[in-house]
Amino acid sequence: MSLAVGGMVAGAIYLFLSRQFLRILFGVILLSNAVNVAILTVGRLTQGQPPLIARNAEIMAQGVSNPLPQALILTAIVIGFGLLSFALALGWRAYQEMGTLDTSAMRVAEPEDRP
Amino acid sequence: MMDSLILRTGVRILLPLMLLFSIFILWRGHHEPGGGFVGGLICAVGFALHALAFGIDAMRRVLKADPRTILGAGLLLGILSGFITVPTGEPYMTAQWVGGLGTPVLFDIGVYLVVVGGVLAMVCALMEEGGA
Amino acid sequence: MNHWLTAAPILVPLTTAALCMLAWNYPVVQRVLSLAGSVTLVVLAGILAATTLNDGIQVVQMGAWAAPFGITLVADPLSALMIVIASIMGLCCAVYALGDIDPVRERGGFHPIFQVLMVGVCGAFITGDLFNLYVWFEVMLISSFVLLSLGGTKVQIDAAVKYVAINLVATACLLLAVALLYGITGTLNMADLSQRLPQVANQGLVSAIAVLFIIAFGMKAALFPFFFWLPAAYHTPAVAVQAIFAGLLTKVGVYSLLRVFTLIFIGDTGWTHSILLWMAGITMIVGALGSLATRDLTRAWSWQVVAHIGSMVMGLAIATPLALAATAFYLVHDIVVKTNLFLSAGLVRRLSGGEDTAFARLGGLFKAAPWLCVLLFIPLASLAGFPPLSGFWGKLLLVKAGLETQHYAMVAALLVSGLLTIWLVGRVWAEMVWKAPVQPPAALLASMARGRAYALMLPLVLLSLITFGIGVNPDRLLSVAAQVGASLHDTSAYVEAVLGGKAEPVPTLVGELQHQAGDRP
Repeated sequence: MSLAVGGMVAGAIYLFLSRQFLRILFGVILLSNAVNVAILTVGRLTQGQPPLIARNAEIMAQGVSNPLPQALILTAIVIGFGLLSFALALGWRAYQEMGTLDTSAMRVAEPEDRP
Repeated sequence: MMDSLILRTGVRILLPLMLLFSIFILWRGHHEPGGGFVGGLICAVGFALHALAFGIDAMRRVLKADPRTILGAGLLLGILSGFITVPTGEPYMTAQWVGGLGTPVLFDIGVYLVVVGGVLAMVCALMEEGGA
Repeated sequence: MNHWLTAAPILVPLTTAALCMLAWNYPVVQRVLSLAGSVTLVVLAGILAATTLNDGIQVVQMGAWAAPFGITLVADPLSALMIVIASIMGLCCAVYALGDIDPVRERGGFHPIFQVLMVGVCGAFITGDLFNLYVWFEVMLISSFVLLSLGGTKVQIDAAVKYVAINLVATACLLLAVALLYGITGTLNMADLSQRLPQVANQGLVSAIAVLFIIAFGMKAALFPFFFWLPAAYHTPAVAVQAIFAGLLTKVGVYSLLRVFTLIFIGDTGWTHSILLWMAGITMIVGALGSLATRDLTRAWSWQVVAHIGSMVMGLAIATPLALAATAFYLVHDIVVKTNLFLSAGLVRRLSGGEDTAFARLGGLFKAAPWLCVLLFIPLASLAGFPPLSGFWGKLLLVKAGLETQHYAMVAALLVSGLLTIWLVGRVWAEMVWKAPVQPPAALLASMARGRAYALMLPLVLLSLITFGIGVNPDRLLSVAAQVGASLHDTSAYVEAVLGGKAEPVPTLVGELQHQAGDRP
């Protein structure tokens, strides 16, 4: 698992080094998934039951899986999903407006000739 | 918008089924795996499929309300469900139970509406931008 | 009763946002709601701060789940102070937006999204849980993305692309750091973490995670190697948005650094705090130099935001009670001044009738609007650090703290940065006020409806008065800042307030599972 995380992070960083906004976005997707897997791993991997308290019981049964990483990952996925859909829409708009997704060619906000 | 007879016919049958299923998941989430988030997603996917098959305007007509209004209403419901603790003096969001039915249900319905509204607002924005 | 008060900074703007969304097609209703929500927030934040300063730290466990399991909201002196300032800035920007925001942006949902931004900011200030902090960061981030690109001009889209890209990376770093911290301690409650971290066997890993936090929060706060997105983005959106970004967003990064590196990572200060010290020093100089290199008012102010972040982090890195108090004081001063500068830059742009605020287009402001010049003099002089305005006291405290701990190089960097700022202020004054007008000043303000002109002017007057008030009578804020500094230096009161003075750390699920895994053959 940790090797998989390492590989994903390496891939993500390779993609970040690109100038294309779309590749950077793919890098972000990869990185956020790598982080989610990392959360799952650090929460200790166990083969367990769903962490629900049974009817008429006060505490959870033995051998359930750790619910907290799942909650954290769900939150992170939701947030990542929202951010990503926004970023994609933004990329599309940027392409429409500027005709390029090359981040080095985007100099509208900081024109080179006017400091 | 995809002009496909199979998709159109399929969506006609699927949409009510998915709506029912999403409400079932929402209800099941009270005691077992499931809940407002997953239910909301299923419901939103149903409407998104409808938009794919019949176009965004037809989807808006079926939905009746603006997605953003749904989002706001869900958010408000979620916030209000926490305020039920006012008479008891317990902290915000403490669950109150009346015979097996608790305020988390209200919160879950709020989440359901927020997810439906949020996802559909995004779908609308993307489809209108893309000219699909 | 108090737990309602502590949750109020989140609930009030959230409710306002929800109501604004329901009234999506009625901008007038949204305006009223936004204003009412902002005023309520200021009032409740004031009461919360008074309660916190008088009666000690306020804690509420959401849903009555005991710490460290549930989500805790904590209002300690620093949080309370930040929330008060943030709410006042929110009110000022909301009022300014009434006069400034154009119908397109208003239809696009400016008011609800602005309120959501306030939810994120206040939530980040008040939460006592690291993962929850991440969530509020995200709330803040998504709304700031939307606000930045709202209106959709070419410049804005360009800026938003860079802003979004860097912030997505910062977010992933933060989440990774949080995850690793959870992995080694099994808790994410900040007070609980501060108890558990010293017991972790692998202290090297703790330091590595600390550096990851420096990177993540440093990107948000625009510290030295990670600052370049800020001058690229901050001058593009609507003026009220610029002002709230400059006033609050980077300061949330500073607040998080302040919280994490006084409460949690205090084991290896020789390593982490000296990194922060170096970053702070370089940030100050680079920011000040950058502001001198541009020939545009708003962009110069963007660089100044970077420069002053350095000063605050310097106080954190020195980490004596006096230095922390100085940081708190400087935070308040800087938020007020930066918001004021960006709002007034918007007004200057309106008066010069131009599309942007390039120095070449400015001039003759004194003839056009003498009262505005008087008003503008206060934040400018305070930025430069002229006594007796608020900037002077902040710098004085920082210099004193630096000299006491023999950080002479840092003090020198602070003073050089201050000198460069004075240079910038002098240049701005010359270009903007004294230079002969390039084009006849637009009589925009006079032609505007009375209400709009008031909406644009009132926030400036209020902010300048705050700066002036702090400068003339710094004792009140100084005593609050001293209280903040003391509470950050000795965090035992914070820990006890959150955990209720439990002697034994509660076993966590991670620890328990580890135990089980160890038992298994």
